[in-house]
Formats: sequence, C-alpha cells, structure tokens
Amino acid sequence: MTMPLAYSELRQRTKARDRSLRDKVMSLEAAAKLVQDGDHLAVGGCTASRTPFAMIWALVRAQKRDLTVSRSIMSTEGDIFYAAGLSRHLITSWFSQGIVWGVSKVMRDYTESGRARFEEWSHMAMGLRYRAGAMGVPFLPMRSMLGSDVLGRVSGNGAGPADPAFAAAKTMECPFTGETLLLVPALNPDVAIIHVQRCDAYGNAQLDGLTFMDIDIAMAANRVILTTERVVSNEQIRRQPDQTKIGFFTVDAVVEVPFGCAPHECYGLYEPFYSHMDMYAQMTARDPEAGAQDYLERFYHEPKDWADYLSRIGMAELIDAQRRGSAIHDD
Amino acid sequence: MTTDTALDAPAPADLSRAAVPAYTASELLAVMSARLLKEGQTVFAGVGIPLLAAILAQKTHAPGLTILFEGGVIGPFVEAGKLPPSTNEQRCTRRANMLVSITEVLLMLQRGYVDVGFMGGAQIDRFGNLNSSFIGDPARPKIRLPGTGGGNDIASLADMIVAMKHEKRRFVEKVDFITSPGFLDGGDTRAQAGLPAGGMFRVVTDLGIMGFDAVTKAMTVLALHPGVTAQAIKANTGFDLPVPADAPVTEPPTELELSILRELDPARLYTA
Repeated sequence: MTMPLAYSELRQRTKARDRSLRDKVMSLEAAAKLVQDGDHLAVGGCTASRTPFAMIWALVRAQKRDLTVSRSIMSTEGDIFYAAGLSRHLITSWFSQGIVWGVSKVMRDYTESGRARFEEWSHMAMGLRYRAGAMGVPFLPMRSMLGSDVLGRVSGNGAGPADPAFAAAKTMECPFTGETLLLVPALNPDVAIIHVQRCDAYGNAQLDGLTFMDIDIAMAANRVILTTERVVSNEQIRRQPDQTKIGFFTVDAVVEVPFGCAPHECYGLYEPFYSHMDMYAQMTARDPEAGAQDYLERFYHEPKDWADYLSRIGMAELIDAQRRGSAIHDD
Repeated sequence: MTTDTALDAPAPADLSRAAVPAYTASELLAVMSARLLKEGQTVFAGVGIPLLAAILAQKTHAPGLTILFEGGVIGPFVEAGKLPPSTNEQRCTRRANMLVSITEVLLMLQRGYVDVGFMGGAQIDRFGNLNSSFIGDPARPKIRLPGTGGGNDIASLADMIVAMKHEKRRFVEKVDFITSPGFLDGGDTRAQAGLPAGGMFRVVTDLGIMGFDAVTKAMTVLALHPGVTAQAIKANTGFDLPVPADAPVTEPPTELELSILRELDPARLYTA
C-alpha cells in the first residue's frame, strides 16, 4: 500500500543519494538496474503522450516483478505492465488505450478476473498526491471525490468494500471554516521514469509543450530515470535556464533514446503511431491474453535492440508519425 | 477524460420518428449541446461529443468560447480533420492561449474559473449521478470501464452538461457506481457531502433535453427533439421521468451545423 513515507525516512533517502553535478548517461539496461522488484514506479506523461516506452521496454526485458505502478492516466503501457507480469497493481485515474479504440480488452481481462488491481483515484487526486510528495508533506486537502464511490473504494464507506491494498483517503472538518474537505495521501515513488525532448548529461531537462504531472513526479520520487530524445551540452541548457523544468539534483540516470515514446507521441517531434496502435487493438481484441503475449514476443523480446524495435514498427509508420508531429503548429 | 464507449454496441430503441433523419444520433447530440454553450464562457470539455460540440459552438455563435482540456490546455482551436484521440495529446494544443500542468488546469475548477463542465457518460440516474467505472457489482464487475479521469473532479466542481445516448440501460434508477457525482440522493445531499458548488445543469440526449428540479433535484424533461413523443422518451428511461404536457420541441440541426460537424470529423471518429 502506497501510504506516505515517514518524513525522517523521506529525508534520509534523499540525503543518501549522490545529488552532485555529474555525468549520469548510461544504457537502458544499466538504468533498468535502478528499479528493484517490489518498487513503486511512477510513469511520466499522460495517455498516449510522452510515455517512456523505451524504459518500460527495458524493464520488461529485465523481467522486473511485483511493481506497483502509478500514472495520471494509463493507456497501452498499462496493458503491458499487466501482461508482461511486471505489475498486478496499477494506480491511476483512467485506464484504456484511448477513447477511439474503446475499452482496453487486456485491462478488462485482468481486472474482471480478479488477477490484477486497478486502484482508481480522480485525476486531480493523482495530481495532488504527487504534489504532496513533491512538497514533502504527507497529504493535501481537496474538494472533489467527496460523496462518490470512487472515494468509497479507497476509504471503505461507499459501494463495495474498500480494497485493503489501496491507500486510504480521509475526510476532515476544516479547522478554519468547518467545511468538509478530502485529504489525499502523498505519493513518493521509489522510482520515476520520465521521457523528455532534451536534457544534459547531468539530467537538467527541458520539456516542450504539455508537462502533465512530470515536474511534481520528479520532485516526489526517490530516484528518477530520464530518457531523452537527445543529450545536449550543459552550455546549451545554461543559455535558456527558464526552459529547464526538471533539475539535475532529482535525476539519477540519463538515457538517450530517439523515438523513446514510440508508438506514443512526443510533443513537437512525433504524433502517436496510429496504424500500429490500431494493429495492437486488433491483436488484443479477440483473445486479450494470447494477443498481448504475441505482441510482447514480437516487439519486446525478439528485437535485438531499440532500433530493431523501431524497425519492426516500420519506417513508413515512423516517418508518418514524425511528419504529423513536427507539423502540429504549422499554418 | 471520460468515456462512453463500452456501451456503444447498437441497441434497439423504440423511437417513432416521422421520417428518416438526415443526421446521426451523435450529430444531433453535438448540435443540441453546442447550442447550450454561451459566448464568453469557459468550458471544461471531455473528448468525443463534448469536444465536437464545443468546437461547433466556437464556429457558430460563440467564437470567444474558451475550451479547457484536462491535458493542461487553455483556449485552443482544434483543427478540422485533426481531432485528438484524447484530451492529452499535442493536437489539443493548437493555437491555445496557455499550456499548464494537468494539476493546474484541474485546480482551475476548484478555484472557480470554469463556467461549464461538459462530458459524456456510460450510465446516469435520476439525480444525475454518472458511472464510468463498473457495470455490475464493483467487487465482481461484468464490465470494468476506464474510470473517472477528470470526470469526478469536473462533476464535483462545475455546473455540468452531459451528452449521452438515451437508452433504458443507460438511464437507470440507480447507477451501479457513482464515478462522478450529480445530486447524489437528491435534495441537499450533494452539499452535505462537501460539494457546495456546481452540479447537474443539463442532460442532452438524442431524444430531448433534461434539467433537474430545483428542490428535489430529480431529472425532468425540458424539451423534446423533433418527432420524439413523451411516450418514447419515457419508454427509453429506466426511472419515472416527468414530461410536461407543454414541453417545447427543439429546432432540428441546420445544414450549416451539420456541415461544420462533418468537416470537423470527416473520418466519423465520434459522429458515426
């Protein structure tokens, strides 16, 4: 259960890290070693945007187990976590491939059979849970989820019994106004994986476009792995420090992975690989388990490296995604 | 992000329209909801019909409508033919005034900067509570749906317009699970639960437009769409839905409204 860490423990973990300005560039395989079985893993991006798929791919290949995984909204990577056996417990606000593909058959298969947990919080609750973690406080108050069964499932007073594996939210009477407020517990992930457009070797990351919850997630986590479209010099970062959104002091690993979100998008560079996502939806439509395993074999286990993975998705797809993604703000 | 895809398999509805309509049920929904949006408003829109309707309003009577997307987008103008697959991709950001984090845009609801929340729903009940989480018993669900996304936050904090297909299995006496709160058990139970602001304003369906009684907070018909009888709307509702004898009939979609919608969504992602 992802309840808030004791403050002394949080501070101790931070103090124990090497937070110096040092070169952190490494391979996907080396970065995967920073994730331990049983960790709480937070995933940056949202739905089909800036999903750190290359890192997830490496974690699947490294056969990580018993992870609890959180994200603002989960798309196909949630299916992958279940089907590859990395996690049986996902914490998010919404989980399916995307509305145009309907409800995820893999998610339904795992959750309806009781084989896996999908711990549901409102989207703002996810945001404030990461923010509380980023602020170093054990909770934040908010004004939604009250009266709903979404609250019931994480506090035990709504429809259906609350799952004891889920974190609990609590209501309180405001000491200043007497109003009813909801307190949501902080998330301090053991590891965060975040994909960015560019960063330097120290981990100073500049994000373009939508930042989702990534800045809070980086601050909340006890370790951060950045994957990046390209590593740039520290001099280049220092020319535009106002664009730096994630500071080096939170970062433990930097991995350069072009097209590191494929088949999802990376703002300003490429859009989702729609044909591939259609193909995935078709593969998992009839027999979700067999389809997902077949997909994992072809795209996760067989490729010899990330470039081979991209080759299997296909050059035509890659060019199309890049053409659409780089033209998004054209007249 | 909200969804209504799980229940989208065609179901027989006993409608008695005079003629074959020149528009789909989804197009009717989009047009009727767009007309409820007013110039100058700030609307928090989900993907699908709400997004289409908000863009349609921008292109007709409300060019100054500010759309908010959950992904952290303030005031975009989405391009025709390039509808986003969710509210969280870069397509949502075109010609926006401002991009912020997800948490920041959701906090605008809590702070009170949003006039209208606008979304779809899989299942709704008499008091406007919405379910997009579970069909059947949540402990052993028949269908696990994608969940709340920002739906619960929007419904908890803003005046709501909901657009959905009018079917008996969607309009139920009591939802299997309250994902997004309407008026809970009616009366003042919503405020008592700690939700003093917002609440259900309108429910737009392919049969009519519904509102909520000022005191009991129960759903009631405000207007019927052309060719829809009181009998037909009651037959497609799983609870007692009052229809006033003098309920007005809405104006059918115009050629202009339909042509804008078809230009926006040529692939019929959301209007099939």
